[in-house]
Amino acid sequence: MRTLENTTSEVLELAASHFNVPREQLRPDDDFFKKLGINSLQALDLLTHLENHFHIELPDYELQGVSDFRTLAERIQSRL
Amino acid sequence: MLDLRKYNSLGEALRAALDRWPNETCLIEVDRERENARLTYRQFKEAALPLAHALQDAGFQSGMRAAIIMTNQSKWLISAYAIFFCGGLLVPLDYKLTPAEQLKLLAHSKAEFLVVEYHLWRAIAQAEGFKTLATRAVLVTEATAGADLAGAKRWEEFRSAGEPAFVPRNRQDPACIVYSSGTGGRPKGCVLTHENYLEQCMAVTPIFPFWPGARYLSIIPTNHAIDFMAGFIMAFTGGGAVVHLRALRPEFIRDAFTRYKITYMAVVPLILKNLQRGLRQRFDALPPGRRKMLEALISLNRTLTRSAPNPTISRMLLRQVHDAFGGELRALLVGGAFTEPATIEFFHDLGIPIYNGYGCTEACTAITLNDSKPFRPETVGRPVPGMEIRILNPDGEGIGEVSVRSKTVMSHYLDDPEMTSETVVAGWLMTGDFGRIDESGHLQLFGRKKNMIVTEEGKNIYPEDVENAFDGLGVKEYCVFAANYLWPARTMVGEQLVIVIHLEPGQTVSPDLTANIAERNRRLLNYKRISGYLLWECDFPLTASLKIKRGELAEQIRGTLGRDSVLPL
Repeated sequence: MRTLENTTSEVLELAASHFNVPREQLRPDDDFFKKLGINSLQALDLLTHLENHFHIELPDYELQGVSDFRTLAERIQSRL
Repeated sequence: MLDLRKYNSLGEALRAALDRWPNETCLIEVDRERENARLTYRQFKEAALPLAHALQDAGFQSGMRAAIIMTNQSKWLISAYAIFFCGGLLVPLDYKLTPAEQLKLLAHSKAEFLVVEYHLWRAIAQAEGFKTLATRAVLVTEATAGADLAGAKRWEEFRSAGEPAFVPRNRQDPACIVYSSGTGGRPKGCVLTHENYLEQCMAVTPIFPFWPGARYLSIIPTNHAIDFMAGFIMAFTGGGAVVHLRALRPEFIRDAFTRYKITYMAVVPLILKNLQRGLRQRFDALPPGRRKMLEALISLNRTLTRSAPNPTISRMLLRQVHDAFGGELRALLVGGAFTEPATIEFFHDLGIPIYNGYGCTEACTAITLNDSKPFRPETVGRPVPGMEIRILNPDGEGIGEVSVRSKTVMSHYLDDPEMTSETVVAGWLMTGDFGRIDESGHLQLFGRKKNMIVTEEGKNIYPEDVENAFDGLGVKEYCVFAANYLWPARTMVGEQLVIVIHLEPGQTVSPDLTANIAERNRRLLNYKRISGYLLWECDFPLTASLKIKRGELAEQIRGTLGRDSVLPL
């Protein structure tokens, strides 16, 4: 069973590799829109990758207003 | 379609539609590959009337205000119809706003009832200021079993048996309060009448007719004027169906085109560009021979459709591309922000009909529409029927402020007679955009007069709404501007916000200060962020009540500094 810490770390790694950003530059409390320089459509693309990785469904409507990696990881963790 | 001249209100027209096509499908709701709901007009009525009755039982009366905060889904439209049926005034709020912003607009609108999705309600209930919420009743959809509803009622259980009484409204009565901006500063609640909506629908429907079997894919938030008009009023009064997707990923949108044979979809430029990127990638992946063949076919299609679109020829030449869009697409409507001509041209060359337009909430959506007859992507098309356009104080090249007059122009801004009188002058709506009408009657836009930007996602951003984020910044004074307002550029793309900073005497720009600005900027929603800062050495001109005279300050900056003085964060 993954811990929230593991999940957060995996989210950061996936985001870094998907958008070609050095992993060490990403922190859990970072706003992923700003840090990755992405728009709302690219954020949806990231969600799809996270779903495939964790084998879960993340409803778009439940993620309205989520913009930092930590909260995103918490939402993922609650579905694992 | 219904003859809308016969009806006095949206409720009356929608009620007639439900009776006219009882067995036709009006709503399809899809969550990924699962269909959540498929309703006929009769089933829609059967879902809405018990809700309307329960609203009436709870004291909801003619002229009362009810807000909706929901993502695009069937319960949005069912609730809206129930509100109109009761003679209520609908306040559609943006589900993408922060809970604090939603609370602010709920208070400003004085909405007495609220319909909201559970996950959004949960965030609102946890927000600072929640205790000040003064709604009489809140209905929450899709709450999980045992969920803490924070005093709300479950939408699914809020039903009363028996026939509710339909409440008629007059054409001049307000139908909706739609916020075009003002979440941070001064709210701009456009009060739109039943006539505004009925007239807009009558003007646009001949260009985009609906019929039983026609399908509209709804992806722009329904609180946005475009989706509310096309994906509710136009679709329903024509007997068409609206397809809602609960998962708005590109792969599910692509799937919906082919699965539901979509007729129309409205998009903002950002989504259109994304579709363009996806198609380009697929074209680039073709083997060289096929790629060459495709380019030849695109070139041939471009030549044959220059004077007017020809779907038959385009589908024949570029069948695979059209099949990917379901094969029955009549139009992609693009609005909400300015679309770059190159993007429109890309789709036009493929024979995918793009109708770009120009409009604003204050004019109840569309002012002009480009019907590609002939193809003029550098313009936003001609005025829609019933719309008069005047260019005020044109310069030597005929460019001036665009003002419009029509039965679709809003009644007023809610509780703001001063802003109303500045915006609607003797019946003419001052758009704040610069434009020129060419000899063929097409409107071409050349930037904004107003201190604002519009993002590719169709968001109107006013600098005043962003400034709160910098409250208490350790400088003498600051002010946020749209860069194109400070330095007019004859373009509608690449708009940015900048913060002008006046330091305390002897203060210098320290790494701490820039880090503080960057940190506050990060807390803003991504589309509201500033892109740089500008140092200004003089005191800001102030009014007697110590407000910044923005126009005067802009003029001073414009006369002294250039755009290259903006420093990145």
